[in-house]
Amino acid sequence: MHPLLRLEQGDKHLLLGNEAIVRGALEAGIGFATTYPGTPSSEIADNFFRIAAESDLYFEYSTNEKVALETAAGAAVSGVRTMCSMKHVGLNVAADPLMTLAYVGVRGGMVIVTADDPSMFSSQNEQDNRWYARLSHLPMLEPASAQEAKDMTVAAFDLSETLQVPVLLRTTTRLSHHRGLVTTGSLRPPKTTGAFEKNPSRFVTVPANARVRHRVLLEQMEKARDMACESGFNVVRGNGPWGIVTSAMAYNYVADAIEDLGITDRVCVLKLGFSHPFPERLAVDFMRSVKKVLVVEELEPIMEDSLKAIAQGAGLSTPIAGKGDGLFSRLYEFQPAMVRAVTAKYFGVAYTPPEPVDPNKDGEKIQLPMRPPNLCAGCPHRATYYAVNSVLADMDIEAVFPTDIGCYTLGILPPLQTADFLVCMGSSVTSAAGISRVTGQKVIAFIGDSTFFHSGITGLINAVHNEHHFVLVILDNGTTAMTGHQPHPGVDKGPPGWQKPSVSIEALVRACGVEQVWVVNPINLGKARAAVREALESEKLSVIIAKAPCPLFARRVLGEKQKRAFEVGPECTGQCPVCIDRFGCPALYRNPDPDATPAMIINQDLCIGCGVCIQICKKIRPKKM
Amino acid sequence: MDNNYRVCFTGVGGQGTLLATMVLAEAAIFAGHNVLASEVHGMAQRGGVVESSIMIGDLKSPIISDGEADVLVGFEPLETYRAIQKCSADSVVISNCVPVMPFSVAIGKGTYPEVETLFARIRPRVRQLVTLDAPALGRKAGAVLSANVVMIGALAKSAALPIPTEAFEHTIRTKTKKKFVEINLKAFELGFGAS
Repeated sequence: MHPLLRLEQGDKHLLLGNEAIVRGALEAGIGFATTYPGTPSSEIADNFFRIAAESDLYFEYSTNEKVALETAAGAAVSGVRTMCSMKHVGLNVAADPLMTLAYVGVRGGMVIVTADDPSMFSSQNEQDNRWYARLSHLPMLEPASAQEAKDMTVAAFDLSETLQVPVLLRTTTRLSHHRGLVTTGSLRPPKTTGAFEKNPSRFVTVPANARVRHRVLLEQMEKARDMACESGFNVVRGNGPWGIVTSAMAYNYVADAIEDLGITDRVCVLKLGFSHPFPERLAVDFMRSVKKVLVVEELEPIMEDSLKAIAQGAGLSTPIAGKGDGLFSRLYEFQPAMVRAVTAKYFGVAYTPPEPVDPNKDGEKIQLPMRPPNLCAGCPHRATYYAVNSVLADMDIEAVFPTDIGCYTLGILPPLQTADFLVCMGSSVTSAAGISRVTGQKVIAFIGDSTFFHSGITGLINAVHNEHHFVLVILDNGTTAMTGHQPHPGVDKGPPGWQKPSVSIEALVRACGVEQVWVVNPINLGKARAAVREALESEKLSVIIAKAPCPLFARRVLGEKQKRAFEVGPECTGQCPVCIDRFGCPALYRNPDPDATPAMIINQDLCIGCGVCIQICKKIRPKKM
Repeated sequence: MDNNYRVCFTGVGGQGTLLATMVLAEAAIFAGHNVLASEVHGMAQRGGVVESSIMIGDLKSPIISDGEADVLVGFEPLETYRAIQKCSADSVVISNCVPVMPFSVAIGKGTYPEVETLFARIRPRVRQLVTLDAPALGRKAGAVLSANVVMIGALAKSAALPIPTEAFEHTIRTKTKKKFVEINLKAFELGFGAS
């Protein structure tokens, strides 16, 4: 049985923040869950995926976040409790349904999880999705611990049903990927079926109805504001003349800082877990009770601005500070010592910062080689990139490479350097159209299979219809590799227990009206190169589908074994190194002894036997396994 | 602050740092402590640096600022050095001494410093530096992959944390894969004996 189903009421267990959210949803009787995977939210859906296999819960990996949210909305308006989880930028994709779903509302409780990524551990921006609560007028809960993640998820479903609107649950990478002890509550049997009760004046947002629903939404938000003022998630802790307002993970840094600085008797903390609508009454009372206020929040000064506006309205002159010179930054994730230092400075407390070890003190600085993430040994994307680069070199052409979001973005690194432009999911295809139209330069765009389904198709249709000329390479490795090998609509071999109809990428591309389509296995460099050359020589929109499974997925999930091994012959002197300068497989490395032969060595632990290297260098040959 | 411990783990994708993190966390819980842990997922798993941290005691923050780690467990010498600013003069550092070559070095675009040079810079600046050949001991235990549990053995021996040996052994017995329990117990013992 899945561990999250096995835990009994009152058990205390170490859970990942994301696991705690799943447990909370199970305790709330969730019946329907959707997602598009994205770090740091992915473990939420991956747990639902496994739980759905052994319970009545319905779960799906949807093609993108907009699809996920609308599908979940359909279930929620039919009376079933639903959760839709995604990373912060996913909510941009789902913003269109979000804004109007807020107007029509839901009947079954609906929780939308947005997982923000301060410091951009694995994202293209660090937007603060607390703005979305303000933009959409929806309630937002922000857990500060794994326990709260569980408890707030349960509460969010109730709140959603009480107010008849979706509720946003916001995490950050640190919350999603920290582990803490969680005391579990009792599981509630899932209600997985509902009924759609027709009510067009509510659910069909023609302008006349939307005007009414906007008013209803604002009324609901005033009710929600009252609830936020009374909520057990919004609490004042401590007693003293100095005020701190904080929320989410930053609260933990504040709590530790107050202990460390020995100022527990002088500080009063307002911790907001139910943070939108902003609990104005509570905030006014708090600001009246203290002499000055420090606002501790990661990213944007959202609470700070609210507090300043509220103080003005209430005629308070309490000093309020947060972001600014010598205080907090709008950039990146916070650190405990940084919060401690700013707190000490603002309230005028003596503080000696820690003294980190400086290994370079009194000595020459040792230069450390970097260790960036890399495409795996045997990754078919490397073969595709090599094929493209080698054909371009032969033809003496410099091409522009719009790329997209996935493992293959790592093509940015030397020696491949096949990434020139990237803003969001699907932007490879569309930006390729714009760049090729105005520059006349050769443009080769790269997109992964899952990303193509997510938001590449519409761009391709546009390119056909508007007669754009570029080469699109669809890197089809049969899985959503970057986020943990989730299936997508094009997958024909899924993880165990997964069996669903597969949608052919080739058929789709042809149906879009693309006339020149090649399907090649990039592990066969000759065929891949031929396709690239033909595509570049033609003046038409061309699509190359480079199809070969992700070797990690094939090994870990499908249980495939290595079939071949290779070694470098003694004649290798390391003079030419195409393998290093152009290909860059991490299994191939330079012999640390400069006089030894062969000069290059294959790390047999890393090599998966793909055999691409023997096609680029005659000195590499098969080896007995 | 006295009853709180901050432990930082650093290593390279594939070295099993996250499993080691889990073993320490569960052992601390078994020993009756409150625990918080933090992990880095995602991009880091493609041969990059993997960092995690564990707080034992009544701390609320799940991450460690520079100069505040009580213990640093480095699964790779270069990464131990790179993370050394997490430590102060009071810290205990336990490091594997066998490099995993970064790709930049493998292709000749960077130089891997002498391991002993790295350790020599660390040794006088911390309370204690323990180094060991974890993969060799892992192989001796029956699987090179158990090098991560070897490191946990060395951590237990250092007595830097208020966790008895039995709590580690219990955790290895109950929380690691059945198939590897005997190898892991042996790896733990070898790590314990090595330092």
